[in-house]
Amino acid sequence: MAAHIAEKKGTFLEEVIEATPGGERLVHCIQCGSCGGSCPSGAEMQYTPRTLIAMIGANDRDAVLAANTMWACVSCYFCTSRCPQNIPITDIIYTLKRMSIAEKRYHDTDAPALAKTFTDFVDRYGRSFEFGLATGYHLLKRPISMMKMGPMGLQMFTRGRMALRPTKIRQIEQLQAIINKAKELSAK
Amino acid sequence: MKYAYYPGCSLERNAAAYDHSVREVADLLGIRLQEIDDWNCCGATEYFSRNELAACAVIARNLALVEPQTDQLVAPCAACYLNLIKTDKLMVDHPEFGKEVNQCLAAGGLKYEPGRVTVRHMLDVIVDDIGETAVRDKVVRPLAGLRVAPYYGCQVVRPISNNDNPEYPMKMDHLLKWLGAEVVDYPVKAHCCGGHMTQISEPQAFELIRRLLQNAQDYVADMIVCMCPMCQLNLDGYQSRVNGFFGTEFKLPIMYFTQMLGIAFGIDPQKLGFGKEIVTAMPVLEAKLGGQPV
Repeated sequence: MAAHIAEKKGTFLEEVIEATPGGERLVHCIQCGSCGGSCPSGAEMQYTPRTLIAMIGANDRDAVLAANTMWACVSCYFCTSRCPQNIPITDIIYTLKRMSIAEKRYHDTDAPALAKTFTDFVDRYGRSFEFGLATGYHLLKRPISMMKMGPMGLQMFTRGRMALRPTKIRQIEQLQAIINKAKELSAK
Repeated sequence: MKYAYYPGCSLERNAAAYDHSVREVADLLGIRLQEIDDWNCCGATEYFSRNELAACAVIARNLALVEPQTDQLVAPCAACYLNLIKTDKLMVDHPEFGKEVNQCLAAGGLKYEPGRVTVRHMLDVIVDDIGETAVRDKVVRPLAGLRVAPYYGCQVVRPISNNDNPEYPMKMDHLLKWLGAEVVDYPVKAHCCGGHMTQISEPQAFELIRRLLQNAQDYVADMIVCMCPMCQLNLDGYQSRVNGFFGTEFKLPIMYFTQMLGIAFGIDPQKLGFGKEIVTAMPVLEAKLGGQPV
């Protein structure tokens, strides 16, 4: 992808770069495919990271934000680590996740629901809560799989590995003030 | 040596064995851990999927709470480790973003000076700061005859360097050899366990878990030794589900490297959280360590 593409203001490329610290490296992509070839989830993806980057450059905004690529990503950072052009590919995937969630462009994935359930617990208690996550998210999204999880949940519980109540930090109001400020600033 | 300590949510419950063994081993090696008072969740990979500034602000609260007289922070969980080190690096490399994070912290009466705290993983503290001689000196029950597959996972070795090879790290290999264990070559040692994918797409997650178990079995490992609670949960907790899914018969204990350190140091296995693993380690330990009271 040539650098001149980035000079076009108002393109999707520009938008992705602005939303990603270090994202300006995107214009240096040479389409070598090291990212896709390194990806443990490549086979699950409609478009590998290399293709997705080409689509970003081609201003194919709708197709990118509806792609399943982001939701198959396991954050292993092999692509980022191996990129010969030092593009923070995993971070770009996170940017695309945020855009896709904000505009509700995703489909056929429960990943956004999991992220919401998880972060809601953090916002409310300051700590994650595995039992709540398992029951809340699974009952909502996958009751059948919940039944299969039963024996494992019991094993975790009998070994003292699962709490039935969440822990709340003492200064939860302080954390919430910080989070609210972040939400306010990022809404601008 | 004194370090601030960030256990993270997993170590409170699900990975309590990791927390207990970290504390026991640290104590014996003279590593003074001071837990950050009232720390909060790092947001794992989930917060970054929703709001980057909020994700970093949530993480930075913990950095801001590190006491001024300490500049080293230890995190045993790979996700916590990466989130803490990544947030600090983002704030250093992108000062405008750093200012925004500090604006958020200010709403809670806090402030963090980017770069002030050095974030370390527990493995690095033991291997780099304590070192071979001091570790070997403490070994009273060598792990001779025990074949271990060292499993590093992703987020400690990538994308931010911890002075190990991001493709084929060696630090845990060295450490386990100091304990007398037979460390097997484990080509997939830095591959992914699937992370949160067990919650989203089981077939995708189970295949990644299967590869790790299969490879360890092919190399005739007695157990996999790991350094991340997510890896441990996926390989241990989901092992029977993976067996059911593929018709395999894996029976590999998945232990934390600090538990194995503790065993070699002669610490009571109960204090190290042995028995909390789903695939029990007791038979192999008894068989391989020659009837030692483990």
